[in-house]
Amino acid sequence: MKIIACIKQVPDSEAKVKAEGGTISWGDAPLVINPFDEYAVEGALQQREAQSGSTVTALCIGPESAKEALKHALAMGADDAILVSDPGLNELDTVGAARVLAAAINKIGGVDMVVFGRQTLDSGSGLTAAQTARVLGWPLLGLAGQIKVDAGSVTVERVIEEGRQSVKSKLPAIISVVQSIGEPRYPSFMGIRKASKANIPVLALGDLGIGAPAPLITRSELLNPPARETTIEIISGASPAEIADKLADKLIAEKVL
Amino acid sequence: MKALVYIDHFKGEVQPASWEALGLAKSFGSASAVVFGSGVDAVAQAALEYGADEVLAADDPALLDFRAETYAATLATLASAHSPDLILFPTTTRTRELAAMSAVDLNSNVITDATGMEVSGDKVVATRPIYEAKLFEKVTCSSTPQFVTIRGRAFPKPEPQPGKSGTITKVEAMTDAITTVEGYSVADVGVSLNDAGVIVSGGRGVSNNPSLQPPAGLDDKQAEIWRAQQGFTLITELANTLGGAVGASRAAVDAGYIPYANQVGQTGKVVAPDLYIACGISGAIQHLAGIRSAKMVVAINKDADAPIFKVARYGVVGDLFQIVPALTEAFRKKLGK
Repeated sequence: MKIIACIKQVPDSEAKVKAEGGTISWGDAPLVINPFDEYAVEGALQQREAQSGSTVTALCIGPESAKEALKHALAMGADDAILVSDPGLNELDTVGAARVLAAAINKIGGVDMVVFGRQTLDSGSGLTAAQTARVLGWPLLGLAGQIKVDAGSVTVERVIEEGRQSVKSKLPAIISVVQSIGEPRYPSFMGIRKASKANIPVLALGDLGIGAPAPLITRSELLNPPARETTIEIISGASPAEIADKLADKLIAEKVL
Repeated sequence: MKALVYIDHFKGEVQPASWEALGLAKSFGSASAVVFGSGVDAVAQAALEYGADEVLAADDPALLDFRAETYAATLATLASAHSPDLILFPTTTRTRELAAMSAVDLNSNVITDATGMEVSGDKVVATRPIYEAKLFEKVTCSSTPQFVTIRGRAFPKPEPQPGKSGTITKVEAMTDAITTVEGYSVADVGVSLNDAGVIVSGGRGVSNNPSLQPPAGLDDKQAEIWRAQQGFTLITELANTLGGAVGASRAAVDAGYIPYANQVGQTGKVVAPDLYIACGISGAIQHLAGIRSAKMVVAINKDADAPIFKVARYGVVGDLFQIVPALTEAFRKKLGK
């Protein structure tokens, strides 16, 4: 199988993200592979192991610096990596990203399965997998906690609010994965060495034969969340029962129950 | 403004934020409820009672199971015929995919997870959290129809008017499926974090009860998880007493104490309860961002310097294994349960 894992580079989850002068600042926090996409790489590698002769290609849209995120995927074990980078892609919404990814998937050719993380840490829309599937006309198997390929078909255990749902389609298919796919493997020493030497090809819009998609969703304002104005009242007492009694009275009086 | 409001349900159980979306749409103008499935008369009737001007129902055996492709094609066809300015959805696993795909079909795009919305001309401007709710952005969609999914509990839920009647119009279902649903294993998930008025959450601290003796034969990690599960039992009892949901910090989830579905504070689980009781949670930056919309936070923690106390209205510096059961007992008495 020819498998693609789509990834994005985002500021680290620990970053103190702030709005400063209408732009987003994350201080000196590092840019990392989107944590949800590590599960996509993990899911793709599991499928490579389950089907002999398979390969995993990590695919990313981003600036030159996003090669670091692709190197993480290579260090985890991906066979190769491709960056799509173009000045025309600076303002991209999810439909735009889906059109670019679909063009890249078509350009790569012969792809059987494309794996996405459930969403990104930055915008967090969780739309791109479904939209890429729609642009390609491929089935979407969303929010998979388990993937099983058998004779040209794929069945996933989809995790929804109400429990789990088993869904099947023919390949090629687009799959988004959730955490229960399994903890992402740590990059191996050999993997890190290989990744550091990797030559990652870069595709521009011209290589994909498409123009820059105009964003349909635009931001008019960026807001820091309002500061929580609280003065804390510490409840103390001679025994847990006395503390609990006081606290319960306070909460009933606050009408938050 | 003319809006379609998609009523999301699973086997007839409606996701409550659907009604919040209906109430929001009504405040902007006309609101037609859209109901898909097989045998959905009860859902359609409920939509009328919650204030829909009319219901457009695609009721077809081929729509029994949610499948993104058939539902998206049905919605896109319906929207083309009705030309709404806006299509509103509750944010759920299904609607994210449905809105994503039908927006592609109609050359539009989706604003997800809206927590605020205002009308500006013939457009809506939506406020939504980004970067795990560390920031918010105001966004608008330049194409029509605008697709917006709203966060649960971000907008008021309308009061239903029992027995209210109205027009239910059957619309055509698009049934070209490319996926098959083979079955379900429906879990007992309790009260959903997204819709909960009260959330009681546990962190790493729930495994630190020294007075518990794990059963023989467990290794250290198993013993830690066993201890944590006893701790979450106490938390669940308090949540049940208050009719609330059980949450957890990322640290507790990463340590294997409780499933990811209970995690608060990572993207996707930004919660907005009236009351959030944090037990043994220190208050990492992602967690604090995730509970920012809680109306009131109560913190119970042994460490008086834990950052969680900075956002709490009431705090108890003490042992959660003593305080939480005492609190359950106190509420049982006072609330008559």
